[in-house]
Amino acid sequence: MATSAAPGTAIAREWRRFTPAQRLARFSVYLVLVAAVVWSARTVEIIPEFLYDAPEQMQDLLHRMWPIDFAHYPEGVHDALVDTLHIASLGTVLAVIMALPVGVLAARNVVPFAPVNYLAKLILVSSRSVNSLVWALLFVAIFGPGALAGTLAIAFRSIGFVGKLFGEALEESNAGTIEALEATGAPWLSVLAKGYWPQVEPAFWSIVLFRWDINVRESAVLGLVGAGGIGMALDTALNLFQWPRVATVLFAIFVVVIVAEVVVTQIRKRIL
Amino acid sequence: MAAPALHLRGLAMEYVRGKPVLRGIDLEVGSEGLTAIIGPSGTGKSTLIRCINRLVDPTAGEILFQGQDLARLRGEALRHARRRIGMVFQEYNLVERLSVMENVLSGRLGYVSPWKAWMRKYPREDIDRAFELLDLVGLSAFPNQRADSLSGGQRQRVGIARAVMQRPQLLLADEPTSSLDPKTSVEIMELMRDLGRSQSIPVMVNMHDVELARRFADRIVGMSGGTIVFDGPPAALSDEQLKGIYGGEGWLH
Repeated sequence: MATSAAPGTAIAREWRRFTPAQRLARFSVYLVLVAAVVWSARTVEIIPEFLYDAPEQMQDLLHRMWPIDFAHYPEGVHDALVDTLHIASLGTVLAVIMALPVGVLAARNVVPFAPVNYLAKLILVSSRSVNSLVWALLFVAIFGPGALAGTLAIAFRSIGFVGKLFGEALEESNAGTIEALEATGAPWLSVLAKGYWPQVEPAFWSIVLFRWDINVRESAVLGLVGAGGIGMALDTALNLFQWPRVATVLFAIFVVVIVAEVVVTQIRKRIL
Repeated sequence: MAAPALHLRGLAMEYVRGKPVLRGIDLEVGSEGLTAIIGPSGTGKSTLIRCINRLVDPTAGEILFQGQDLARLRGEALRHARRRIGMVFQEYNLVERLSVMENVLSGRLGYVSPWKAWMRKYPREDIDRAFELLDLVGLSAFPNQRADSLSGGQRQRVGIARAVMQRPQLLLADEPTSSLDPKTSVEIMELMRDLGRSQSIPVMVNMHDVELARRFADRIVGMSGGTIVFDGPPAALSDEQLKGIYGGEGWLH
């Protein structure tokens, strides 16, 4: 090499992946993680007596749940289960109707106007920052206990999820295609319908199915706060210490979640 | 040459302040014939083409097209002007998940209402014309095939059909053959030249294959450093001038 020093006097070149500042930053992250674990372990206040007999208690509980009271299913669980599915499905449909326009407004490439993007994102974040159970409590307070409160809780929680993912899918669409349609003199709505929509359609169905799947699971617990569905059957059985019936409800939820999973997987396989 | 269809006056463009990509381009394009714009990468060929239909906004200058200054248009007026200018892209820019037919019909989106486009209710004469164009570009066998199942050459044919579907009065092409093999490139250039002739509209193509430009262009515009350094018929383009456009000479032989 022309620029290197004479043989024998070459300085060994040092190589380090990170600069000292980066190493310090990485070390700090580890330190904070360890500190957080230690701190939470010290403040969580585990009562030793309860911890020691937990295996025993668990055994006892399982023992009381067995055998599962399947006879209770037709009269006490079935209708509530169907209610739960209705809450999940209707809630998802409502959420999609409300989330689509918000998702479009949140996508910076579709609506290149920052204040509107921020407003849409604010709506989506507010929807997501409130848990389904909290939404359910609010709607139970407004509409009284029942499936309506549950449906709206599911819908309002899902707007943020569906809208955010839909907006992000829009932002990832191919800009060249959009440019080509704009070059034909197409109005904004036509570009949306014929340029953006075909590109995000698979993502859209995937998001909706995924959210429905989550909503089936979430609507199962909404009944605990009085928002209808199978959670109410669970709540009653728990309050009355009818453990075999609790087992029936848990088993029914388990089966429905599995079935929902299978259905969603199959549909996704076919449409994508 | 008849009255110019397109007249650029002092067209300038800076993506970054103080770093001009186009330095006051003056160019007249007649109402017929294929004009090839050649020049090294980064010299503003693409920017020039994209300024004309305002995919890029020029910082100064006039774009006179049929007596109208496109540089000043906004909103609806700009959309209406764009309907009269077809554009073909290097990466085809088709809607991948739509069929060949729908991609060609997309050329009419400036005329068809969004609702009718969404419902796929295109006017009868548009569908007839789309079939004619598919015949012309040699794709009549698969109107319902999805665009993403086509080869590069076939996609570019769809891209050309979409542009001509607009019944444009000017056809622009931004490196239409750069992603294609040599044989397909020749076929695509033939198609663009023939369509320009049969529709009696001017075609402006920017390209970096000098031989292809010589073979198909009626006029060659050489650009370098954001200005026009050569303008004339292909026969007038000498090695000396190519050196002026691209710099150096080692690549010539």
